Amino acid sequence: MEFFSNVLQIYSERWPWFMELLGEQLRISLLSILISGSIGLLLGIFIAEHRRFAEPIIGVCNVFYTIPAIALLGLLIPLVGIGEKNAIIAIVLYGLMPMVRNTYTGITNISSDLIDAAVGMGSTKRQLLLRIKLPLATSVIIAGLRNLVVISIATGSIAAFIGGGGLGDAIFRGITMYNTEMIFAGSLMLVLLALICDYSLSRVEKYIKKKWRVE
Amino acid sequence: MEECIRFDHVTKRYGSHTALLDFDLTVYRGEFLTMIGRSGCGKTTALRLINGLLTPDEGSVSVLGKDVAHTDLIALRRSIGYAIQNVGLFPHMTVAKNIAYVPSLSKSWTRSQEQQEVEKLLHTVGLDSSLAGRYPHELSGGQQQRVGIARALAGNPQVLLMDEPFGAVDEITRRGLQQEILKLQKELGITLLFVTHDIKEALLLGSRVLVMENGRISQLDTPEGLCAAPADDFVRELVAGRA
Repeated sequence: MEFFSNVLQIYSERWPWFMELLGEQLRISLLSILISGSIGLLLGIFIAEHRRFAEPIIGVCNVFYTIPAIALLGLLIPLVGIGEKNAIIAIVLYGLMPMVRNTYTGITNISSDLIDAAVGMGSTKRQLLLRIKLPLATSVIIAGLRNLVVISIATGSIAAFIGGGGLGDAIFRGITMYNTEMIFAGSLMLVLLALICDYSLSRVEKYIKKKWRVE
Repeated sequence: MEECIRFDHVTKRYGSHTALLDFDLTVYRGEFLTMIGRSGCGKTTALRLINGLLTPDEGSVSVLGKDVAHTDLIALRRSIGYAIQNVGLFPHMTVAKNIAYVPSLSKSWTRSQEQQEVEKLLHTVGLDSSLAGRYPHELSGGQQQRVGIARALAGNPQVLLMDEPFGAVDEITRRGLQQEILKLQKELGITLLFVTHDIKEALLLGSRVLVMENGRISQLDTPEGLCAAPADDFVRELVAGRA
């Protein structure tokens, strides 16, 4: 019990510091989600419309996805040095796979009857994409986004080891100072952050599925 | 009689399978043509050649005097109503948005006009206008089919293509829908091509019935002519099974 009261004490003593770390963490995550999400979405749409590129592009994304996060951060050091930039690039590369794959699967799994009806009624390619394909793929794309968000928090916290900042800093500092309470305090916030983000997106996903009855 | 759709020596193959072979057909304006045959006989292929979802390997198809191969396909498709098997209603759009889909593509209805036209079309197909805000999954099978017809009618098409539109509903609902489409076609004077595999339906609805077998025309005649003088064994067998 004493342990937990010590943790609470750390929070109250260093609250501004934790908030600062949380801010850094959120900034890194949001920025990389924005970049990776947009690139992944566009690539996914591209390979869904031009299927012959699907295999090579998913293959490349899969290579990034397979590299362990800490190794990817390490590999990027000679190219971009240490710090936030390295962390963001690593998350972007890492997160491409779920976005590309889910966008592609979401679009290609739409029933051909619906596509036929939309084309047969005179939709242009653009109208077909914006009014039929993307809306119907939304719930699958959001599942990919959920994955990306979790990846960005996980990789972002490891990035503290290469000077990337964020809540991982608290864990890192706790380890160097043998301060178990600080390690726990940082970890707990990361856990909550990941769970809250994932849960909110899962609610959005459910809402869309329920409303449109699309699986 | 004014010519509306013409197939001129059309052949269409999928790999080694020949869906249509040297197919000639003229459909006249205001006609209700039903097309019947076994699955794979080419009836759906013929329909999809009209709105350019498929292109012929040989020969040509023309609609209202224009060769489909050399026309603006988007504009052509918007001027042809299209309703397919198992509805094809968009699950993420309300009934109103589904019905207004074609006009919305060319932005030809204003918002207030959309509301009016949707109400009118719902009424035309025998549905209550209170359904406008519902999503397709909240409707019964028969209601979905009616919305499908309303959607195909939006934008006042001169030609309507229907591919087994009543395939997925029960017998009683189907009878209601058949009477409805018969009445609508007369009222609106639309040229209607209707694919079915039910001979009773084909004879009941069509002003002419086209029987197809292996990508060719077995017989093209009025329902009475078909029953009185079947051209071959296949047609004879088909009309014998109508009772």
